[in-house]
Amino acid sequence: MSEVTGAKALFLALEAVGVEHIFGIPGGAILPAYDPLIDSTVKHILCRHEQGAAHAADGYAQASGKVGVCMATSGPGATNLITGLASSFMDSIPVVAITGQVPRPAMGYDAFQESDITGIAAPVTKHTFLVMEPDDIAQTIAEAFHIAGTGRPGPVLVDIPKDVLQAKVEYVPAGPIDLPGYQPTSKPNHRQIVEAAKLIAQSERPVIYAGGGIIKAGASEQLVQLAEMTGIPVVTTLMARGVMPDNHPLCLGMPGMHGNYTAVTALQRSDLLIGIGPRFDDRVTGKLSSFAPEAKVIHADIDPAEIGKNRKADVPIVGDAKATLIELIKVIESRRSKDPGPSANGSGPDYSAWRDTVNDWKARYPYRYTQTQDGPLKPQYVVERLAALTDGNAIYCSGVGQHQMWASQFIPFRRPRTWINSGGSGAMGFGVPAAMGAKVARSGDEVWCIDGDGCFQMTCQELATMAVERIPVKIAIINNAYLGMVRQWQELFYDERYSEVEFGWDIPDYVKLAEAYGCIGLRVESMQEVDAAIEKARGVNDRPVVIDFRCDPQEMCYPMVAAGSSNDDIILGPEFEKDPVEHELGDHLYSQTEEMVID
Amino acid sequence: MKHTIAVLVENKPGVLSRVSGLFARRGFNIHSLAVGTTESPNVSRMTIVVDLPERPLEHVTKQLYKLINVLKVIELERESSVERELMLIKVRAVAEVRARIIELTEIFRGKVIDVGTDAMTVEVTGSPDKINAFEDLVATYGIIELVKSGRVGLSRGSKSIKDRQLRVAG
Repeated sequence: MSEVTGAKALFLALEAVGVEHIFGIPGGAILPAYDPLIDSTVKHILCRHEQGAAHAADGYAQASGKVGVCMATSGPGATNLITGLASSFMDSIPVVAITGQVPRPAMGYDAFQESDITGIAAPVTKHTFLVMEPDDIAQTIAEAFHIAGTGRPGPVLVDIPKDVLQAKVEYVPAGPIDLPGYQPTSKPNHRQIVEAAKLIAQSERPVIYAGGGIIKAGASEQLVQLAEMTGIPVVTTLMARGVMPDNHPLCLGMPGMHGNYTAVTALQRSDLLIGIGPRFDDRVTGKLSSFAPEAKVIHADIDPAEIGKNRKADVPIVGDAKATLIELIKVIESRRSKDPGPSANGSGPDYSAWRDTVNDWKARYPYRYTQTQDGPLKPQYVVERLAALTDGNAIYCSGVGQHQMWASQFIPFRRPRTWINSGGSGAMGFGVPAAMGAKVARSGDEVWCIDGDGCFQMTCQELATMAVERIPVKIAIINNAYLGMVRQWQELFYDERYSEVEFGWDIPDYVKLAEAYGCIGLRVESMQEVDAAIEKARGVNDRPVVIDFRCDPQEMCYPMVAAGSSNDDIILGPEFEKDPVEHELGDHLYSQTEEMVID
Repeated sequence: MKHTIAVLVENKPGVLSRVSGLFARRGFNIHSLAVGTTESPNVSRMTIVVDLPERPLEHVTKQLYKLINVLKVIELERESSVERELMLIKVRAVAEVRARIIELTEIFRGKVIDVGTDAMTVEVTGSPDKINAFEDLVATYGIIELVKSGRVGLSRGSKSIKDRQLRVAG
C-alpha cells in the first residue's frame, strides 16, 4: 500500500461506503479535500450556500433512502450547515457532513475561520467526530456512515483539521465497526408484540398512527397489509405522507394542526392508537392532556427514548418498524387461526361500525376551498392541478408554511419517498435545495418544489447550481405576497394587526430572477393559465423552471387546531360556515389544566 | 425528586460536554456531577445527582443512551448503594476557638489538613447529610470558603456496573 494524503484517504473511504454524490462548497480549511475529488468517482455538486448543500443532502437522502453527504469549510462554512443538520436531526434523515477545520496547531487559538463545529453541532446531530489523527480517517468515515444510516437515522458531522488532510498516511480500509456505546435494537420483543395483538383484538375503535419510521424502514407494504387484514383505518403523519396511498379506502390522510377533520377526530375518538414510528409530536397531539383521551397506546419505535416521552405507552415496542409490522402480522394471523372472531370475513374483530363512522366523517368533512372563474387564484387549486397533471407520480418537495400544508393536504400521494419536507424543524428555505438533492438522487423522476415566496427567497441561489449542473427541477411558487402562515396567525390571534409579514407580489420579479439564474420563468395570475404553465414546465428537461403563481393573499389554511388547543376544538374554517354541516365536536369534554403552549 | 445515577462513558475528548449539554437542553437539573477515571483506561465514570420534579428518571437514562460515547447508565438507589462526598472547608479559627473546631472535626471523623494563624482547613468525607451538618455547625465560626467534590457512589455487594442489565424501554 502506497502512501496517500489524508484527503485522498478521505475519498477512498467515501468511495468504500458507496458515496456517489456530495453537495458542497470549498474554502480554506477543506481545500486539500478538493484536490483528490478531481480523480474520485464521487461527483460533487457545487452549491451556492452551505445551507443549500445541507438541505440538498437531506432531500437526496429522503428521496433515495441512502445517506446524503455535504461538505464545507471551517468556521462560517460549517456553521452555515447547521440549519440543515438540525432539520435532518428532527426528521431522522441520514446525512454525513464533512467539514474542514483549522490545522491542529492553530486549534484553540481563535484562528481565522475557526469554530468549534463539533461542539456547535452536537445538540443537533446524532454524533460528531473530530479526526485528530490521519490514520483514523477511514475508520471514522465508516463509523459516521454506520451511525447515520442505522438505528434511528440522523445526521453525523466529521470535522477534519487541514493538516490532517494534508498529512501522508498508509491507507488502510476501515475494519469492522466497533462502537460499544451504539447498539441499536432492531428486533422487537415478541412478548410485547403478543400484548399488542391482544389489545388490537380487544379494541373497538382502533387507528393505526403511521409515522415517518415506516418510510425509513421501507415497510409500506407491511403497513398496508396490516391495515387490510384487520380493517383498521390509518392516519399518515406529515413525515409519513405517501407511506400508504391516499386513495386507499383505509387511508385517512394527515392528522395534526392542519390535518383533515377525519384523521384528527379518528385519533381523538379512538380507543386504541397503534403507533408505528411516530413521535407524538405536539403538532399532531395538540394539547397533550386532551389528546385521544380514551385511547390505549401501542407505541413502536426504534428509538426507546421516544416511547413514553410525550404520551405514556400501554404497550411499548422497541424495534425497527418493518420487523415490528412483520411480527405483528404473524402474531395476529396465528391468533386468528385459533379464534377466527366475529368479523364478516371470519378474521378477527369487526370494526365495521367504526369504519362507517369514520367514512361518514370523510364524506362530510373533506378539505374545502372555492375557486371561482374570475376570482383570485387559490393556492389549493394550484396544488390540486399540479397533483392531477402529474398524476401523483412526481416527487413533491416543499418549504415550510401554508404552501407546505396545502401540498400535504391536496396531493394524493401514491407511494413513499415522494413527499419531502422539513417537518419537525420547520426550516423555511428547505424546498428548493431539497428538490435539487431529490432530483440528483432520482434523476429519472419528475421533481416539483411547491414553495412559498418567503421560503423561496431564503435559498433561491441554488437555482444557479441547478442551472449550471443541469438539474431540471420545477418550482411552483405559491406567491401570496406574504409570510402567509405568520399572516394567518396575526389575523386569527393578533386581531388582524399585521406586523412585518408583507413581501409584495412584485419584488423580486420571480420571472426575471429565474431568467437571471439561467432558468425558465413563468407567471400565472388566473386559474385559466394554471394547466398550461404546469404542462409547459413539465416539457422542459434541460433546466429548472420557476412558475410564479400569484395567489390570493387572503387565503387561509384550514382545518386548524390552534397551538395549545385540544384537537376537539378543530376549526373547520369559513368554507364550512357558509355551508354548515352538523358539527358535533367543540365541547370541552376533557381536563382544562394549564399546559405548555408550543407556538 | 433527586436520583443518583452512575454513567460509564468512553474516555474521549468532549464527552463531559455532550453529557452536560444534554442535561441542559432537555431541562434535566444537575444537582452535582463528579467524574473521574476507572479501572479501565478507556472508560470514565460519572456520578450525577439529577433533580427531576416532574419527569421519570427513565427520560434521562434513555436520552443518555442515545449519546454514542455513553456505555452504561444505572441508578444508584439509596438502599442498595454507598455514596460519599468530600468537602474541604476553610474556617475562621483564631486561637480561642481552634480547640472547639478540632473537637467537632474529630466527632465527624474529619481531618485538619491546614492551619494558619487565624484559619484552618478541614477535610470531611461522608454522606451529603453528614457534610451539611458539619458545615452548619462550623458556620458560627465563619466559613471563609469551601469546596465539595460532588457525590460519588457504587452499588453494594460484589457486582459491578458492567454486570447490571441494561434498562429497557417501558
